[in-house]
Amino acid sequence: MKVGIPAFFMPMKGGKSMYFQEKAKIMDKEAIKRALRRIAHEIVERNKGISNVVLIGIRRRGVPLAQRLQQFLKEIEDIEVPVGSLDITLYRDDLNLRLEQPKVGKTEIDFPIENKDVILVDDVLYTGRTVRSALDALMDIGRPKTVQLAVLVDRGHRELPIRADYVGKNVPTSRKEQIEVRLEEIDGVDEVVIGEWKED
Amino acid sequence: MEGGLSMWKRKDLIGIEELSREEIEVVIETAVSMKDILKRPIKKVPTLRGRTICTLFYEPSTRTRSSFELAAKYLSADTVSIATATSSVQKGESLLDTVKTLEAMGIDLFIIRHSASGVPSFIAKNIKAGVINAGDGMHEHPTQALLDVFTVYEKKGKLEGLKIAIVGDIFHSRVARSNIYAWNKLGSNVILCGPPTLIPPYIENLNVKVTYDLNEAIEDADIIYVLRLQLERQKRGLFPTLREYHMFYGINQERIKKAKKDVLVMHPGPMNRGVEISSEVADSLISVINEQVTNGVAVRMALLYLMLGGKSDENPV
Repeated sequence: MKVGIPAFFMPMKGGKSMYFQEKAKIMDKEAIKRALRRIAHEIVERNKGISNVVLIGIRRRGVPLAQRLQQFLKEIEDIEVPVGSLDITLYRDDLNLRLEQPKVGKTEIDFPIENKDVILVDDVLYTGRTVRSALDALMDIGRPKTVQLAVLVDRGHRELPIRADYVGKNVPTSRKEQIEVRLEEIDGVDEVVIGEWKED
Repeated sequence: MEGGLSMWKRKDLIGIEELSREEIEVVIETAVSMKDILKRPIKKVPTLRGRTICTLFYEPSTRTRSSFELAAKYLSADTVSIATATSSVQKGESLLDTVKTLEAMGIDLFIIRHSASGVPSFIAKNIKAGVINAGDGMHEHPTQALLDVFTVYEKKGKLEGLKIAIVGDIFHSRVARSNIYAWNKLGSNVILCGPPTLIPPYIENLNVKVTYDLNEAIEDADIIYVLRLQLERQKRGLFPTLREYHMFYGINQERIKKAKKDVLVMHPGPMNRGVEISSEVADSLISVINEQVTNGVAVRMALLYLMLGGKSDENPV
């Protein structure tokens, strides 16, 4: 199956175009919902309530996930915690390895994070480099009391000493494989699939 | 829009004339994010660590030079600034030799201002490092036009279908030329106004209207763009007196009434208060002159990111 993907993620080999071959669906709409609801409960438990908690989604797919967590937290504790979004482009460590620079997105955090328990939210945890960038970006904005990490999928292969505090699903993968998280708000469908990039 | 590549592939920025509408939009889009950084308590991101930028100005400047330098510093690039009055230029070193010497020290990008049109373009063709034109003679001042466009975008929320009246010394103005190119590409209408001696012949060929009557230019204008009367370039007696200039072409409260209610007054600075613009207008709520200065930093950050954000090993020492 061929899927349209943004050019940014498109690996190119000698000018040949690549396509994504799907191997299996590992989470469906219900599974994603259950995982997020469980994470919401864990957040409440770990922080003994959510009065000091704020959610910050890493662009792009961490943002809708953070918004969904906010809804679940509201159902559990009846408190609406603030949600922000973080763009890490300017903090990437691979900017000078790329031929072209990725577009810069918007960081929207319109509440203070000073002394807050910040829950960083992202879709997939892989090498840990995105989270490293996010931590740097966060520290430039303020000094949170704690930073915790929530991800929908942890696929292993860390290159930095970083781990997630809340994990939707652990998925053992090989480096050749690719995890695609698709969310209704961005992709029109809720699912997580595993696949591989093939040359055309 | 998000998550893609930025579509910027230029080594140099010489003029707006060579840019496409899409390229202008990419700069504006990127500048929106850069402006957020300016509002933070810690105005610094590590994006351009290890890159070196040189400002080489053969003409005086306060805002353009400091704006570029701050933009570079907020992005963590290093800057060197050459004041030609105290440099080897005084010993007779040629322009290209000066630039090549600096390039040999590892400069990645030159910001160049010169009184002769074409200098940045000439240098860009002869070196590997990038070049941004910070104003060359009577040719172009592209970063000024980009920050003007960004300012209008923020205030009006659109760039199409606007009436832009550019008033004053069109003849000597590189700012006017860059703005004409920009607004034409973006689909807005430009009308030029000034005394006949300060309007270059055949300027209509750039697809603009020309009038010598200020009231006609201002009528229904969305933007009144007031140019600085370049007193240092007026030795030929192109108009009788400053007072007469102000009477016919100066922007004051009375004149503004003919424009749209939500008109914006812009000026690239530095202002000659009481000549091309009255103080009451310059300091009024419809004036976005200070906003232009702030936006200048954001737009230059965007350009530096777009031009230096890519591969770094192209210019090793």
